[in-house]
Amino acid sequence: MIADVSLWPLIGVGVIIAGFILRFNPMLVVIVTAIATAFAAGFGPEKILAAIGTGFIKTRNLPLIILLPLAVIGLLERHGLRQHAQNWISSIKSATTGRLLVVYLAARELTAAMGLTSLGGHPQMVRPLLAPMAEGAAETKYGALPLRIRHKLRAHAAGTDNVGLFFGEDIFVAFGAIVLMVTFLREAGIEVEPIHVALWGIPTAICAFLIHGWRMYRLDSMLEKELGGGRAAAEVAAEQAAGAKSVEAR
Amino acid sequence: MILSIQHLYYLVGIILAITALMTLADKGHTRRFTSGAFWGLYSLVFLIGERLPPEWVGVGVIVMALIAGFGGVGVGKHKPRTDAEYFASAKRLGNKLFVPALAIPAVTVIGTLLLHDVRIGQSLLLDPKNTTLVSLGIGCIVALGLACWLTRETPVQGMRESRRLTDALGWAVVLPQLLGMLGLVFSDAGVGKAVAYVTTSYINMDIRFVAVAVYVLGMALFTIVMGNGFAAFPVMTGGVGVPILVGVYGGDPAVMAAIGMFSGYCGTLLTPMAANFNIVPAALLELPDKNAVIKAQAPTALALLVANIFLLYFLMFR
Repeated sequence: MIADVSLWPLIGVGVIIAGFILRFNPMLVVIVTAIATAFAAGFGPEKILAAIGTGFIKTRNLPLIILLPLAVIGLLERHGLRQHAQNWISSIKSATTGRLLVVYLAARELTAAMGLTSLGGHPQMVRPLLAPMAEGAAETKYGALPLRIRHKLRAHAAGTDNVGLFFGEDIFVAFGAIVLMVTFLREAGIEVEPIHVALWGIPTAICAFLIHGWRMYRLDSMLEKELGGGRAAAEVAAEQAAGAKSVEAR
Repeated sequence: MILSIQHLYYLVGIILAITALMTLADKGHTRRFTSGAFWGLYSLVFLIGERLPPEWVGVGVIVMALIAGFGGVGVGKHKPRTDAEYFASAKRLGNKLFVPALAIPAVTVIGTLLLHDVRIGQSLLLDPKNTTLVSLGIGCIVALGLACWLTRETPVQGMRESRRLTDALGWAVVLPQLLGMLGLVFSDAGVGKAVAYVTTSYINMDIRFVAVAVYVLGMALFTIVMGNGFAAFPVMTGGVGVPILVGVYGGDPAVMAAIGMFSGYCGTLLTPMAANFNIVPAALLELPDKNAVIKAQAPTALALLVANIFLLYFLMFR
């Protein structure tokens, strides 16, 4: 039996789950969890502050990819990038939202598998290009879209970028995760070739493409069911009427 | 090396400092002073963070979390252009608008592939450990130059637009880093060891299929809690994978590692803890539901987890 494992730090797991379920502000949940976990592990106040500070400095590389492209994307948006992306996609007659997302999924997964993970991403690709195109393709067919559908299509654009990235990058042999796995197994006394780990990822990568690709392909018939036969215009009109009413109520 | 990640930290620090100053000068701002303090503190983390005592940084982080947690980060006054102006500009510039947007990934890829070992004199041009991020930084500067030239705007307008989008994101920008910090605190405090101990002591691993399912689902659940498959992998592989799947049942470790990590990624698709993939895009796309992206991904992630249990079971013991 391993008797020296302290179970007290598990309080942290409970705090974070409770915090998210009770819908407190995530920033507060995370900081309270950090303090509670460190306290449960027997850290003193100064050590708790130092652990938080050191951790925050060590992870400064995380927001770079979000913050650095904002100036460029903002300038281009000011000059009509999103509108142009919508015009461009509506000029392709065979483009539908579902087909667009399937093609993007394939392109994202294949390029990530070749190590080109920086070709996509939410600030550079999804917000300025992919999401407006997904909306634009549906607008070409159904006219103005209700907000509910607009939000759904945007969420699917973001989700497709994630799925393509995650299940593509791990079959690229020089990717950090493969190095991490091989190093960990070596320390446990097991030698594996990085290329084998990469190759055995392919069955899951194919399943990911089939499952998510099928869901995106089905999006077109979902849109037809929800918006076809003038239902889009009716819902938009209802939304505008409700919007006007809530303004009056104020 | 000539260009390192430290330069990017200074660049981001300067951008955030400008954002803070613009916020303080914005009389139409909903939360002018608390927002200014929030972005100002955050800029200090990048400008001088590594030179401050860690306890001070800890205090700063707690203050930032309190400002954000009690609604102190607001939105500035930004004048949108009219729809007619957007469409006129889109028509005038046409496909040229795509050029700076695509220049960011293009320069990043070129930099990563070609400038990896380039030296000027004795020193490497790019930070060898962070080639991709440094290339991304160069890509953004090149793209900003192209965008200014194309639209006849100044970099100052670029800063205004950057602040507009930073405002739209709000505190969600800081969340990934805060969660990264929490992951490190968890591992310092020994949370991983405690969870591995609990799972291996209370679940019957004598049935091979159960052991496989515990490993796959454990990777996903652990990733949901920690927000990161990389943090889950050592715990589940050390606790269940190596001793039981490989040790007792003699499975192929390469298959186990590959499918195990992918099961962790299914967890990433399901958790608000993976803020940079799930919560930040929801803010970036102006979705009212913070969890909209997770909901869009959930059916794929759950179906793929089931597929993984069977793939691992049949491929590992072939």
